[in-house]
Amino acid sequence: MNHSPSPQGGDVLLSVRNLSKRFHTASGPVKAVEDVSFDVGRGRIVGIVGESGSGKTTAGRCILRLVEPSEGEAVFDGVDLFKLPEKALRAYRRRMQIIFQDPYSSLNPRMRVGDIIGEAIDTHGLAKGAARQARIADLLARVGLSPEHARRYPHEFSGGQRQRIGIARALAVEPELIVADEPVSALDVSVQAQVLNLIQELQKELGLTMLFISHDLTVVEYLCDDIVVLYLGRIMEQGPSREVYANPRHPYTKALLSTAPIPDPTVRRERVILQGDIPSPLDPPSGCVFRTRCPFAIEACAKAVPPRESVSPSHSVACIRQAELATLATQKVTA
Amino acid sequence: MAAVLSAPSPLTATLPEDVVLRAEDLHTHFIVGERAAKSVDGVTLTVRRGETLAVVGESGSGKSVTSLSIMRLLAHPGRIVRGKILYRMRDGTVVDLATLPEKRMRAIRGKEIAMIFQEPMTSLNPLYTVGDQIMEMIRLHEPVSRHEARQRARQMLELVEIPAAEKRLDQYPHEMSGGMRQRVMIALALSCNPALLIADEPTTALDVTIQAQILDLMRRLQRDIGMSILFITHNLGVVAEIAHEVAVMYAGRVVEQAPVEALFARPRHPYTKGLLACIPNPERDRAADGARLMLNPIPGNVPSVLNLPPGCTYAPRCPLVEPRCEGEAPGLVPAGPGHLSRCFRHELL
Amino acid sequence: MAAVSIAPAPRITTLILQRKTLAIGLAVILAIALFALLAPLIAPYAPNKLSIVNRLKPPSGTYFFGTDEFGRDIFSRTIYAGRLSLTVGAAATVFAGVIGITLGLVAGFFRRADTVIARIVDAMMAFPDILLAIALVAALGPSLATVIVALGIVYAPRLARIVRASTLVIRELPYVEAARALGVPTWRIMTRHVLRNLVSPILVQATFIFAYAMLAEASLSFLGVGVSPEIPTWGTMIASGRQYVGQADWMTIFPGVAIILSVLSLQLVGDGLRDLLDPRLRKDL
Repeated sequence: MNHSPSPQGGDVLLSVRNLSKRFHTASGPVKAVEDVSFDVGRGRIVGIVGESGSGKTTAGRCILRLVEPSEGEAVFDGVDLFKLPEKALRAYRRRMQIIFQDPYSSLNPRMRVGDIIGEAIDTHGLAKGAARQARIADLLARVGLSPEHARRYPHEFSGGQRQRIGIARALAVEPELIVADEPVSALDVSVQAQVLNLIQELQKELGLTMLFISHDLTVVEYLCDDIVVLYLGRIMEQGPSREVYANPRHPYTKALLSTAPIPDPTVRRERVILQGDIPSPLDPPSGCVFRTRCPFAIEACAKAVPPRESVSPSHSVACIRQAELATLATQKVTA
Repeated sequence: MAAVLSAPSPLTATLPEDVVLRAEDLHTHFIVGERAAKSVDGVTLTVRRGETLAVVGESGSGKSVTSLSIMRLLAHPGRIVRGKILYRMRDGTVVDLATLPEKRMRAIRGKEIAMIFQEPMTSLNPLYTVGDQIMEMIRLHEPVSRHEARQRARQMLELVEIPAAEKRLDQYPHEMSGGMRQRVMIALALSCNPALLIADEPTTALDVTIQAQILDLMRRLQRDIGMSILFITHNLGVVAEIAHEVAVMYAGRVVEQAPVEALFARPRHPYTKGLLACIPNPERDRAADGARLMLNPIPGNVPSVLNLPPGCTYAPRCPLVEPRCEGEAPGLVPAGPGHLSRCFRHELL
Repeated sequence: MAAVSIAPAPRITTLILQRKTLAIGLAVILAIALFALLAPLIAPYAPNKLSIVNRLKPPSGTYFFGTDEFGRDIFSRTIYAGRLSLTVGAAATVFAGVIGITLGLVAGFFRRADTVIARIVDAMMAFPDILLAIALVAALGPSLATVIVALGIVYAPRLARIVRASTLVIRELPYVEAARALGVPTWRIMTRHVLRNLVSPILVQATFIFAYAMLAEASLSFLGVGVSPEIPTWGTMIASGRQYVGQADWMTIFPGVAIILSVLSLQLVGDGLRDLLDPRLRKDL
């Protein structure tokens, strides 16, 4: 389990190992995240992709300890975040931040923009008085707003502008890692592109490491260096995104990529339309959680959770038939 | 009612045989005090028989208000202030939905034109089983017995590929998944065999794999039943998958209408072109060495419907803008075979 | 309709004047408060000045509201009594606010405290207000302070319940999560992020509690378990006028009207504030 593919370029900032999160609900325990392991290289953008119930949001929250994980470890720069007591954790909070999906509920409506960003600065005692004001102005400028905006309230801004404010708040403490939870999903297409550009600029300029949680496969392909595909709380496939997109090995990844709408009516793809619904996380299938919708499922798939199989040093798949299916596909092409 | 319908309509001649619906210079305003929000500000669009017209636009473009205007389901203080909505009934007569009395409109909703929405949970009554709701719909428009209505309801669920249809008839909406509920909504909408289905962002709330199922289902149903679809969406990817024809809306107006291939191959309005450039494209947005290139977003924001710029509403954000655009509003002019553009400079594109 | 117009916020006075009920309510309660405050200047007689000769005189030019069985001027007494009634109402509201808001925030934030607090709050709300107040006053011994404390305790659960419910919602919102991710201490999250967003519902509820507390004080005094009958409050005045109903109705009518007017106006203010602060009608204040 510990031979998780490490990203190209060596230096690992965050290493998640066997992360599990179980919620106890009135209708029974829910395995939101189960045995998830991956590495995030310093300065890289790792996309976590999945549909509803995949546990992608919970995984992100667990790493930041906004939700207490049930098991596993998250080693950030040599320290296991999950073992840190609340007090010691506060110093690490400065080093990792979060950006939210909903630009409306992520800003306190009663606080001025300057106070929203200022709170981050104050909490870690980063600047006072005039220096603090200058820092706020600088942050606003950095995300494409003007210093005068500090005096306004969130409701005076558009969705895209609010998202910029949220980004400025995250950047205020100069973090190394940012968990971006669907940061552009709630925005209009034209605004989405503006914010994606901003995220990239900042990432390059500040050398940020990012965990980019999304259901939008087009955005992830464009933005992310590595990709982790989740389904019902488990990793189906992971690897460098160019490799995974060019050569998806898990039947789920294949289906997902083949059904993502592409804005080009002339593209004729072989579509794999999955049958049925995503099973309830309250009652996940035995063995491989994907088997109930998998077109290639066999009896053995129900027996045991498929182990991770490497297809290249940094690309791995959790499917017992992946090698067999790959040969099948090549045969079909040659025939 | 039969007498009313059989009377020759003076409008019949105005609509080509293959057109089901044509909105002409439609204006829908929301009037609050002295201010009018011009949500729909001169929309012209055409839906042809058996085809899907996708209306695509960002928030505030007026795409949803257009669909509600066609259904005449505008909430107060929304009002159609000008324009025509010509609709060809199944018997061939043409009516103007914009001025039709509410009583006749009621007979058209459901039976001639049906509608499905983004969030099926809010459009289904949580207190009744899905079977009851489909049966009610059928019996509202047709004089059939309960037993017969239930048979039909079961057939409808089978039509939309809901497994174990008989059992599902007795389930409540909350017992179903989002995808199943959207199937039920489609079954409900199709239960009186409408000629036109208006779908307002029907897959936006669904997961990618479920969205693919629903789009597939809608394509198949259209092929089998031959209904026309007015498909409202913000997602150009979905448009490419489902549409025959596309109308692009911006700030209350249709800025471009064209067959889907033509629109994506060569957009003839700077807004459409800008919108396409906003969507990441791995081939376009990667340099030869694999490095990411920046996207080309449209600068600025969508104008407020309370305060639209004079002239072309896109002028403030347009890379092709010239002085004329700011003073004079361009009309929807031909820009190729079956291609309309609301731009003075469409030839430059 | 993403484009919401960004008009400058209208001034608070204009907003109030636009709402008739709120304006009327405010005017009436402010007038009553002003009378009470300026009682020594306005009242023609000392509230306890006895004048046996003039006992049970009907309202006239000399005694606007008539006199009581000891010949004391009802008008002057009503005005002076207003001081006490308003004080009791205000003090009880503040007391209820301190207890209720604290309990509500703690219950909303800490799951373990919640089970205990929610039970107690539910149990207290199951009792009729007055009965609970009588029991508390009886236990603590009757005095002005005990009445305030008792009424504060009686009405605290109302606030606690509202604050708790809203806290449960707000603490799950992304902006609270963002504060936690920044490492903002819990108490600061409670005050800056939660409490600040609860100002309007608390304010609205507080006006209602003010009205209830005044009414309850009158009831307690009427029943003889409130403040000492020597001190003029609207309740004690009605209590002493009770024996003379039919003979000297003015003894009960005028303090009664005072109670009705102030309670009614406070209710109008509460209703008006609720509309004014409703986020669906107005985004911000």
